[in-house]
Amino acid sequence: MSHRRYNLEESGRPAEFPADARARIDRILTRYPTKQAALLPVLWVAQETWGWISKEAAEEVAKILDLSPAHVDGVLTFYTMYNLRPVGKNLLQFCTSISCHLAGAERLMDRCAKRLGIGLEETTPDGKFTIVEVECIAGCDKAPSMMVNDTYYEPMDERKLDALVEKLSADA
Amino acid sequence: MMGEKVLLARVGRADSRSIGTYVADGGYKALRTVLTGGWTPEKLTDEVKKSGLRGRGGAGFPTGVKWTFVPKDNKGKPVYLLCNADESEPGTFKDRLLMEEDPHQVIEGIILSSFAIKCRSAYIYIRGEFYLGARILNKAIEEAYAKGFLGENILGSGYALDLTVHRGAGAYICGEETGLIESLEGKRGQPRIKPPFPAVWGVFGAPTIVNNVETLACVVHIVNRGAEWFAKIGRNEKNSGPKLYCLSGAVNRPGVYEAPMGLQMKELLFGADFGQGMKGGKKVKAVIPGGASAAMLTAEEIEDCPLDFDGLVAKKSMLGSAAIVVMNEDTCIVEAAQNLSKFFAHESCGQCTPCREGTPWLHKVLTRIEEGRGRLEDIDLLERISNQMANGMTICVFADAAIAPVLSSVGKFRDEFRYHVENKRCLVGPRSDDARPSTLNPQLVAS
Repeated sequence: MSHRRYNLEESGRPAEFPADARARIDRILTRYPTKQAALLPVLWVAQETWGWISKEAAEEVAKILDLSPAHVDGVLTFYTMYNLRPVGKNLLQFCTSISCHLAGAERLMDRCAKRLGIGLEETTPDGKFTIVEVECIAGCDKAPSMMVNDTYYEPMDERKLDALVEKLSADA
Repeated sequence: MMGEKVLLARVGRADSRSIGTYVADGGYKALRTVLTGGWTPEKLTDEVKKSGLRGRGGAGFPTGVKWTFVPKDNKGKPVYLLCNADESEPGTFKDRLLMEEDPHQVIEGIILSSFAIKCRSAYIYIRGEFYLGARILNKAIEEAYAKGFLGENILGSGYALDLTVHRGAGAYICGEETGLIESLEGKRGQPRIKPPFPAVWGVFGAPTIVNNVETLACVVHIVNRGAEWFAKIGRNEKNSGPKLYCLSGAVNRPGVYEAPMGLQMKELLFGADFGQGMKGGKKVKAVIPGGASAAMLTAEEIEDCPLDFDGLVAKKSMLGSAAIVVMNEDTCIVEAAQNLSKFFAHESCGQCTPCREGTPWLHKVLTRIEEGRGRLEDIDLLERISNQMANGMTICVFADAAIAPVLSSVGKFRDEFRYHVENKRCLVGPRSDDARPSTLNPQLVAS
C-alpha cells in the first residue's frame, strides 16, 4: 500500500483487544527485554484482530506498550504490510520485481484489475478483493508469483488467476 | 558438476520439516558434539574461521571473524544472535526454501552459533511475507524446546538459549543488519551510522551478531564434517563451501541449486543438472549475478565467470545473495533498468538525502526514456545522479546497490539507451506490458 501511507484513519469505534488477543500480547511481551521491541508483533495481532489498523487501534497499542502514539504512527507508516485502511477479504498481492516482471506480471495484474473493475490499492464494492503491487516476494523461480492474504500462488498465469478469482468470488 | 548436496540434502524428503525425520537423518548431532563433547565457544569459532565460511546474505564477510568482534570483556551485558531471514533482494529465494523445507537445520545452526558467541537469547528476523516460513519455524522451535535442544540446560550441558521468531512487516531495508536491529527494537528500520558496529553495540545496546539463514545452516556441517572438509569445497579457501544459487528468468529450469562455491555461470545456466539452457533457445543478453543490487553482466562477461565472491568482484559485480536473473535477447534493457529502479525508489528508507531524492529521480529519468520522452542528455544525467548518491554519501550501502543496475546497464548497453531516446521505442520491439500503472507516489514520478 505504497502511496497512501501518510495518515492513520479513524474507525469511529474504540479499539479494545479481545481477551485471547490480550493473552497473546502478554506472551509476546515475555520474549523481549523492552516493551517497545514487541511493537511489530503486537501490531500484527492488531491487524489480525481488526483486519486493519485504525488510529484508535494504534493508540491502544501505544498505551499497552507505553509508547507515544507518534512513535507508533511512525512505525506504521514505514512498513508496507500494515493496512492503514480496511482491505478486501482477499488481498491480491502481485509481485512486479524483476523476475516476475520478465514473466509478464504487470500484464497479469492489469488484467485482473480490469476484470474486477478496480484500480491498484482499491477494493471491490462487495469488499471481496483488494489489489496491491508488491516488491519481490521470493517466488522468482516460479514467476510470476503472487500471494492472496498469507498464501502463495505460483507460478500464476491468466487461466489459473481467472479460476482463482472465480473461486474466491463464489466463497461466502 | 553438481556435487554432493549438503544444505539441500533433506529437501524433497517426506516430512522433512519434522524433528523426527531431522534427528533420524543425523540432525542435532553437531549440537551434541559441541555441547557434550567438551567444545568451547572459542574452539567452535576457530573451526568456523578455518572453514573459510563467508556470509551468504550479500556482503560475504568471514563469519568466524565477525564472531570474534564481540568484546571479550562484555561487562555483564547479554549477547544477541539475530538470524537474518529478511530475504528480500529481488531474485533471491534460497532462504525461503531452507526455512520451509528444513527448518531444524537452520535452528541447529542458530543454537551452535549462539553458543559460539555466548548468546542466551536469539531471534529469527523473518520478513513479514513469509507467513508459512514463520509458522513452520515456530512449530520447529516448539519441537526443539520439547526435546531439550532449546531452553534451560541444553543436553545437560548447562548452556541455555531462548529462540524467538520475529516477523517483519514489509521493508527491504530491514535486511541491512543495523536496519534489522532498529526494526527488532520496535522502530522504523532505518540503518545506523557505523561504528559502533553491531558486535559492540547492537540490539538493546548489547553486542549483537547478525548472520544470514544459509550461513547459519553451514555451521552445522562445519561441525559435523570439519573445517578442512568445508574449506576444500569450492574454488579456493577464500571462496569455500557449498553454495545455494537462485536461478530465475529466461532459462528452462529456474530454481534453487546447490553446488560447490565457484560454479561456472555457464554451467548454472546451461548444465543438465541446473538451468538446462535458455527458454526457447533464445540468446543470453544480460545476467544479474547477485540480485538487483549487483551490476549486470553481458553475454561476453559470463564466459569464464566463477560464481563466488572473488570471481564476481573480478567482473566488477558481486555474488551478493547469489540471485542469478537471466535476461534474453527480447529483453529491453531500458525497461529492465526502469523496473529495478522502481524497486529501489520504493524501498529507500528515506533518511539520507542523496538516496531518498536520488532513487526516485533515477526512476523518473528511466521512466521518461522508457516511455519515449527521453532526451539524449538523460543518459549522462543517469550517471551523474548515480555518482552523487553513493560511495560514502549515505549511512548504508543501499544507494550503492541502487546505482549498480543503472550504471552497469547504461555503461554496457549505451547504444540501446540512445536508440530508445532517438526512436522513442525499444530496440527489441514493443514492450510487453503497455499502459502499466505505477503505484509509486505520484509526486515522485511527476515530470
